[in-house]
Amino acid sequence: KQMNVRDALNSALDEEMSADSRVFMMGEEVGEYQGAYKITKGLLDKYGPDRVVDTPITEAGFAGIGVGAAYYGLRPVVEFMTFNFSMQAIDHIINSAAKMNYMSSGEISVPIVFRGPNGAAAGVSSQHSQCYAAWFGSIPGLKVLTPYSSEDARGLLKSAIRDPDPVVFLENELLYGESFPITEEALDSSFCIPLGRAKIEREGKDVTIVAYSKMVSYSLMAAEILSKEGISAEVINLRSIRPLDRDAINVSVRKTNRLVTVEEGFPQHGVGAEICASVVEESFEYLDAPVERICGADVPMPYAANLERLAVPQIDDIVRASKRACYRSTSGSMTVSG
Amino acid sequence: TSTALTIETSIPFAGHMIDTPSRSVSTTPSEILTFFRDMATMRRMELAADSLYKAKLIRGFCHLYDGQEAVSVGMEAAITKKDCIITAYRDHCIYLGRGGTMIKAFTELMGRSGGCSKGKGGSMHFYKKDSGFYGGHGIVGAQVPLGCGLAFAQKYNKEDTVTFAMYGDGAANQGQLFEALNMAALWELPAILVCENNHYGMGTAEWRAAKSPAYYKRGDYAPGLKVDGMDALAVKQACMFAKEYALKNGPIILEMDTYRYHGHSMSDPGSTYRTRDEVSGVRQERDPIERIRKLILTHDLATTAELKEVEKGIRKEVDEAIATAKESPMPEPSELFSHVYSKGYGVESFGADRKELKASLL
Repeated sequence: KQMNVRDALNSALDEEMSADSRVFMMGEEVGEYQGAYKITKGLLDKYGPDRVVDTPITEAGFAGIGVGAAYYGLRPVVEFMTFNFSMQAIDHIINSAAKMNYMSSGEISVPIVFRGPNGAAAGVSSQHSQCYAAWFGSIPGLKVLTPYSSEDARGLLKSAIRDPDPVVFLENELLYGESFPITEEALDSSFCIPLGRAKIEREGKDVTIVAYSKMVSYSLMAAEILSKEGISAEVINLRSIRPLDRDAINVSVRKTNRLVTVEEGFPQHGVGAEICASVVEESFEYLDAPVERICGADVPMPYAANLERLAVPQIDDIVRASKRACYRSTSGSMTVSG
Repeated sequence: TSTALTIETSIPFAGHMIDTPSRSVSTTPSEILTFFRDMATMRRMELAADSLYKAKLIRGFCHLYDGQEAVSVGMEAAITKKDCIITAYRDHCIYLGRGGTMIKAFTELMGRSGGCSKGKGGSMHFYKKDSGFYGGHGIVGAQVPLGCGLAFAQKYNKEDTVTFAMYGDGAANQGQLFEALNMAALWELPAILVCENNHYGMGTAEWRAAKSPAYYKRGDYAPGLKVDGMDALAVKQACMFAKEYALKNGPIILEMDTYRYHGHSMSDPGSTYRTRDEVSGVRQERDPIERIRKLILTHDLATTAELKEVEKGIRKEVDEAIATAKESPMPEPSELFSHVYSKGYGVESFGADRKELKASLL
C-alpha cells in the first residue's frame, strides 16, 4: 500500500483534530484556499472556521496568538506557508514558546506545533530556499522534527500534536508529492513515532551516512550506487534534530568506523557539525577516517538552474564523500575564485 | 462600611469611536479602604525592592511600578481571576494584584527556590496561572499577541471571560501590536489592550517615539478610551466598561495616563530625560495613593491616624516578607536541568563541560 507525504500529513491532522477538540489549525490560506500546498485540504469543511483559522499575512502576530492560546491549554498547529517566513515570528518561537516552561518552573507549558515546508525548494532564489534545522535545533526547550517518508510524516506529526512542548515540524515541499509504502500499523489512528529516535533506513557495515528529510532519499540512492562498488553503507534517518539521537549515531559509527553527514543547510554551525562533534567526543577511537560533511554550499541560494544544482547536495557528492571516508580513489578537488 | 458611595472621576474619559462611560463610579467604603491598603502595599514593596537591589540582593534587570499602582488595583476591582492578565517586565505589582504573595515575590527577586518561579524567572518573569496571570514577559510588545492568544482560547472555549494585555507607551509602536489587534478585531476576540502610558519608553519621551501619542486612538477601527490612570476608580470604571464591550464586540484599547516615579529600571536614575520638578509635580498633584487618602478623609471612612496605622502595619509586613524570603534556600544545582521540557523523554542535556556535568531530562 502506498501513500504520499501530503496525504500522510493531512490524515494525521485530521485524526488529531477529530480526537482532541483543543487542537486547531491556523495560518495563511489554511482554510478556504485549502492550504498553499494543500496539506489542510478538506479540514475547513469538516471542522469549521473556528478550528481552521485563516490568518492575515502577519507571522509575528499569529505566531504570538498561537503561543498565547497554548499557554491557556489549547493545542494550536500553526502553519508557516514556508519556514522562510517563520523568521518574522522567531521571537515568539524562541522567547515566548521555548523558554516559557523553564522560566515559569513548569507552571506554564506550551503545547504548540509550528509546521510547514523547510529547506531547499526549486527555482525560488535566496529568500525562499533555506534549511532552518540548525537554527531551531540549537534551542533548548524546542523539539525539532524532520520527517522523510509518509510513515515519518504521520507518526511524527501525531506525536508532535500530542506532545506537551513546543515542536518545530520541518517538512519538505519537494517530498509532498512523493509516495512511500505504508504499513497497516502506520495507518492506524493510534500510530505515533517516539520523539528523539533515529531510524536506520538501510543497514550497512562500511560507512555510516546520517541524513534527514529529503537528504535521506539522496543518501539511500547513494548507498545503492556504493553497494555496486562493494561499499556497504548504513543510512540513518534522524527524524528528530532535537532531541538528537546521539546513541544511534555513535552505535553505528562504532560499527562502521566511518561517518558522512548530509544536510541541505549551510555548513557553518550546522547539524553535521554537531553530529561530528558528538562522534569525536564519544567515539573518537573508533574512527578510521576523518568525518565527512556534505552540506548546502556556503552561499545564499542562487536562481539559475545550474548554479542552484551546485548549491544543493547531490547524490554524487554523497557517493564521493563516502568513498573518501573509505579511502577509495576519488577525483581531485576543484577550487574556483569568487 | 457597606453603604454604597458614588464618586466622580478626576477628569472625564476621552473616547475614540465610542461613547464614554459615566464619570460617576459606584463604590463602597470597604473597596476604597482596600484600594488604599493594596496600593500602599505595592508602593512599599517596590521601595523595598529598590533597597534590596542597591544592597545587591536582587540581580539583573528590575523595573519598579511605584506611581502606577492605581492601574493594577482599579483593574482588579473590575474583573475576576477567571479573566486573564498578561504584561511586560514591570510585573511585581500586577502579580500582587492577582493574589500573589509578597513573600513569593521577594523570594523570586532574590533568586531563591521558594520564589513564584522557583528562582528561575527573576523580576521580569512572575506568573500565577491559577488566578489568570500569564506573566511577566521580557521582550517589549510580545505580550500583546500572546494576550490576544489567551483571548482566542477564552472565546474558543466559550467562556465569558476576557484578557487584559498590558503594554507601555514604548511598546505601543511595535508592529506586532497592530498585527494582533487586527486579528483580534477580525475575530472579535475578548481582548482589552491596556496601554500604560507613563510617558517615557526608557528615556524616550512619547512624542519623540510616536507620531501620534494619542494611544487610545491608535487602533483606527478599534474603539479606545483615555483614562486617568492615577485614579483607581476611573480605572475600575473603564475596565468594567471595557470588559462588557469586549465580550460583545471584540477588542478595545484603554490608554491609562499614568507615571512612574522610578527610572525605567534600576540602572536609570530617571533624571536625565525629565526634570525633578516634573516628577515632584506629579507626586503632589496626581499621586494615586494620596488621591484615595484624601477621599477616605473627606468621606470620614477612616482617620489620618488610622491610615498611618495601616501604613505602619504594611511596613512590618514587608519587612517580615523580606526576612522570610531571605531564609529560602538557593535552588538546588540539579534545578539547572528541570523544566527545560514538560516531557523530556530522558534525553541527555549538558552543562558547560559536558564530560563533567550532564543530566537526563525528565
